[in-house]
Amino acid sequence: MSTFASTAPATKTSGSSAAPARAGSGTRRRGLLRWLFVAPALAYMALFFGYPLVRNIVMSFQHYTPKTYFTGEAPFNGLDNWRAVFSNELFAGSLWHTALFTAGSLLGQFTIGLALAVFFSRRFRLSGLVRAILLLPWLVPMVVSAVVWRRILDQDHGMLNSALHAVGLTEGGVPWLSSPGVALLSAIMVNIWIGIPFNMVILYGGLQEIPRELYEASSLDGASPWRTFRSITLPLLRPVVTVVLVLGFMSTVKILDLILALTSGGPADSTQTLGTVTYQLSFLQLDFGQGAVVGNVLILISAVFAVLYLRANRADFGKGQ
Amino acid sequence: MNPNSNRRRLRASWNTTAALLILAVLLFPVYWMLNTALQPESSVAATEWFPASPGLENFDTAFSSQGGSLLTSFVVALGAVAVCLSLAAPAAYGLAQFGLRGGQGIVFTTLITQMVPGIVIANALYSAYAELGLVNSYLGLILADASLGLPFAIVLLRAFMVSIPNEVVEAAMVDGANRFTAFVRIVLPMSRNALITAGLFTFLFAWSDFMFALTLNTTDDVKPITLGIYQFVGAHVSDWGAVMATAVLSAVPAAILLVVAQKYISAGITGGSIK
Repeated sequence: MSTFASTAPATKTSGSSAAPARAGSGTRRRGLLRWLFVAPALAYMALFFGYPLVRNIVMSFQHYTPKTYFTGEAPFNGLDNWRAVFSNELFAGSLWHTALFTAGSLLGQFTIGLALAVFFSRRFRLSGLVRAILLLPWLVPMVVSAVVWRRILDQDHGMLNSALHAVGLTEGGVPWLSSPGVALLSAIMVNIWIGIPFNMVILYGGLQEIPRELYEASSLDGASPWRTFRSITLPLLRPVVTVVLVLGFMSTVKILDLILALTSGGPADSTQTLGTVTYQLSFLQLDFGQGAVVGNVLILISAVFAVLYLRANRADFGKGQ
Repeated sequence: MNPNSNRRRLRASWNTTAALLILAVLLFPVYWMLNTALQPESSVAATEWFPASPGLENFDTAFSSQGGSLLTSFVVALGAVAVCLSLAAPAAYGLAQFGLRGGQGIVFTTLITQMVPGIVIANALYSAYAELGLVNSYLGLILADASLGLPFAIVLLRAFMVSIPNEVVEAAMVDGANRFTAFVRIVLPMSRNALITAGLFTFLFAWSDFMFALTLNTTDDVKPITLGIYQFVGAHVSDWGAVMATAVLSAVPAAILLVVAQKYISAGITGGSIK
């Protein structure tokens, strides 16, 4: 990851330090000892990342009921879970909501994040300080942010409706979280707010890497700011843009905390996403088999984008390591 | 003073003004959280725009009802830091310095693990935890929360440890220390700053965790603050002042991190973005 490399002190290629180390160790025993440094972390990752992936696939073919945890019996039931999930309207709805939520969030976060990154690239007093404080929303636990927003968006006593009423924009008060037609939009709005710092920071980092001479040359040629942005900034920023969008996608598509604390998936299931449906099936209905099916769909979607990410990042990856 | 530099200065001060405006808009929810928490009278009814007569009564309520959860979060997050760093530091060193066969692949896999959705992990972990008796236990939650910081810690520490000259460690080994002693006595102290950074972020990730707290606990035995505030909102929506005071308290580690580790935060944002 380019961002890791740029923040870490003087990352050399591992080849230079590895070569003498390898030459120094002749015996097999010493080779094994060296693996002991890495083995605990590998074992942990196998248990906490590898095992869940495999277990979810197996679980998706097993019949879990609330009784399973007393009897320990979860018989295999073929494709029953898959059929049940794919014919469930809640699942179809959640796919659509997840797509809207992800697309809307990314569009908003990215546009505003980029605008802020460009703005803060100018040199002026307090720029660094303000940029730092803007990170706060990203650092606060997401559940906490969601709870604060729930209060702000309250239809009758929320601050947003009071403000809109005070300036005469609305008569009644917008049912931000209580109307099925509006709730998803509100959730997207809150998630955009949470994601802006992340987009801003990475895009700002990318902007700093663009050589200043290019801008000087373009200004000598009399190019307009918009033309400069389109012909220099955007093309050179493209690798960073890909990274931001893919990372943003991966964290948005599996959203759960925010939705649960903001709307609990309601009203009328209008904000159910793949994440909340997995939670609901597994942990509320105790049908872990069907929950695993939705989880697998989530993994599949993430995997497709992981491949895209690695492709986009391949050059960086080789360089950074 | 020539007019050109005057104009530039004017533009710069306009920029500062605009930046402060942006800050005010984007941080408004944070202000509103503080504002509501400081108004003892703010109940169901609308909140005043400014805390004209601020009081800390809401914080008393928050402490008395959620103090235990704050402590739980603190213990769990510290435990997660301990587990995470004791796994990540040796692994990062091994990956940085030993030229292990397949080392590249391991770093690669570490990056990929960050992309596994948390709910998928929770789904499978719950079954395993139920069989092992780890549901509703501190140990279970600590182990699960360590996963939130581990990939980031390995990648960050490895990037740092690559730059430690091998000669320093070799010299210690000539003096009779074995590789592990040399690691503990030489490498760890040299990596202090990187360890602190990785530790701070792991603390924050574990402190912010809601998913594992929600799914791996079925009773109130182990209830971190994220779960506490979630249930608090469900039960006491009438007392928004106390809810907001709890929110303020649970945002304290974030604020501390912003002050003490500000220059590392962009690294953390990249690492934690896919938590």
